[in-house]
Amino acid sequence: MPLRTPLYDWHLSHGARMVEFSGWDMPVQYTTIVEEHTAVRTGAGLFDISHMGRLSFAGPDSLDLIQHVYTNNAATMKDFQARYGLICNENGGVRDDVLVYRWPYGWAMVVNASNRTKIVAWLAEQKGTRNLQVTDQTEQTCMVAVQGPRAIALCQGLTAFDPAQLAYYHAAPTQYKGKGCVLSRTGYTGEDGVEIMVSAAQAVELCDELLARGVKPCGLGARDTLRLEAAMPLYGHELTEDIDPLQAGLGWAVKLDKGDFIGREALLRRQQDKTRPVRVGLELEGKRIAREGAAVVREGRPIGKVTSGTFAPTLQKALAMAYVDPAQAAVGTTCSVDVRGKAEAAHVVALPFYRRPKT
Amino acid sequence: MDPKKLRYSKTHEWASLEGDICTVGLTQFAVDQLTDIIYIDMPDVGDPTVAGDSFGEIESVKAVSDLYAPVSGEILEVNEKLVNDPTIISKDPYGKGWLIKIKLDKGATLDHLLTLEQYEKQIASEEH
Repeated sequence: MPLRTPLYDWHLSHGARMVEFSGWDMPVQYTTIVEEHTAVRTGAGLFDISHMGRLSFAGPDSLDLIQHVYTNNAATMKDFQARYGLICNENGGVRDDVLVYRWPYGWAMVVNASNRTKIVAWLAEQKGTRNLQVTDQTEQTCMVAVQGPRAIALCQGLTAFDPAQLAYYHAAPTQYKGKGCVLSRTGYTGEDGVEIMVSAAQAVELCDELLARGVKPCGLGARDTLRLEAAMPLYGHELTEDIDPLQAGLGWAVKLDKGDFIGREALLRRQQDKTRPVRVGLELEGKRIAREGAAVVREGRPIGKVTSGTFAPTLQKALAMAYVDPAQAAVGTTCSVDVRGKAEAAHVVALPFYRRPKT
Repeated sequence: MDPKKLRYSKTHEWASLEGDICTVGLTQFAVDQLTDIIYIDMPDVGDPTVAGDSFGEIESVKAVSDLYAPVSGEILEVNEKLVNDPTIISKDPYGKGWLIKIKLDKGATLDHLLTLEQYEKQIASEEH
């Protein structure tokens, strides 16, 4: 029986088509994926992201445990900062990609819905004799993302803390209608915006107010096309237990010199293997979509596999991310993708596909 | 095309017969399910069709779906306009969005297809 977020009935009453995703009933679209995607690129869209895991860390050894499992350096974070990083297994493969938050009174971590149980268990397994408590707050809270060039303006006055004052990749504990709320200037769309966490009891009220302010409800369909245009990895596709962050192009989130962490030694070894496949962007010449698993071919030989693909609504092109032989990964390399038996011409392009305009 | 005068397949195609020529399209229900239509893969004029077999593919952002021939015969005409602009299908599924015209095999009829009433019953049970 899939879990339901505090917004389940709200989604249905707003015409959402629901789908099961990582054990949760989630909206995939309310109108069309293209309309919702476009709303985020031109105005502001609202996403229910309550399914994502929200873990809080309390106790003097919290930083120590985080540093032990996390590839980035949490010790250099300032209070109220958010930082992206990976949690790896002993072989350097990715267990999850996460956001870590530093508070004056503790730490928090936002994890993928698909990995929540796994990461909670991993943290418990790695805790040892450290003095801290990890609490899974997912089911008591609601989290939504408001994303787009108009997102900040449309959220002003919603909470006590003005989102326009919030620096990128920073968060603020504040109030929504007198109750505790966290604002985070982060997102998964390539646009400006915030992610807002409130208690489950305030979920519907918050979303009703956002809609009244002109934010458009958007589902997982648009969430996928948006993140793909922005070349953001999706766990289970570009990141798995068999793929390391370096080959994924996420070396910037790995600080091999910060001290030891799980997977560090394996990553040092893997780094030496220059033959392992690397993540690239592909642009197809036609309109047919290259989907996950499609073979990438060059001069009659397979050189890699697609991990995600779609027809990008903003860029109006069929785009894909794939892992290919590094010798064939240079921008401009021509290749073809096997789409249901037909070879579709493609070439390697630089990532990200889309960058939001500088304002 | 008047939806009341058409016949329907279980796979959401509509069929309209004039003499021995059957025009085929997708129903409003199918179009509503697909939403963002990106691409359509059409057969060639002269290709044979077999009732119940796939004659092409339609691709939306989320998925690829087969298009099924409601009757057996030979492709007489293909709506080429859809190749450049597949969104015509969603805008006018019973009119400008027609897909193909099939010349029926001798003796073939539309009798095995659903009436509007039967089709509406089917989609009502599909939606929950």
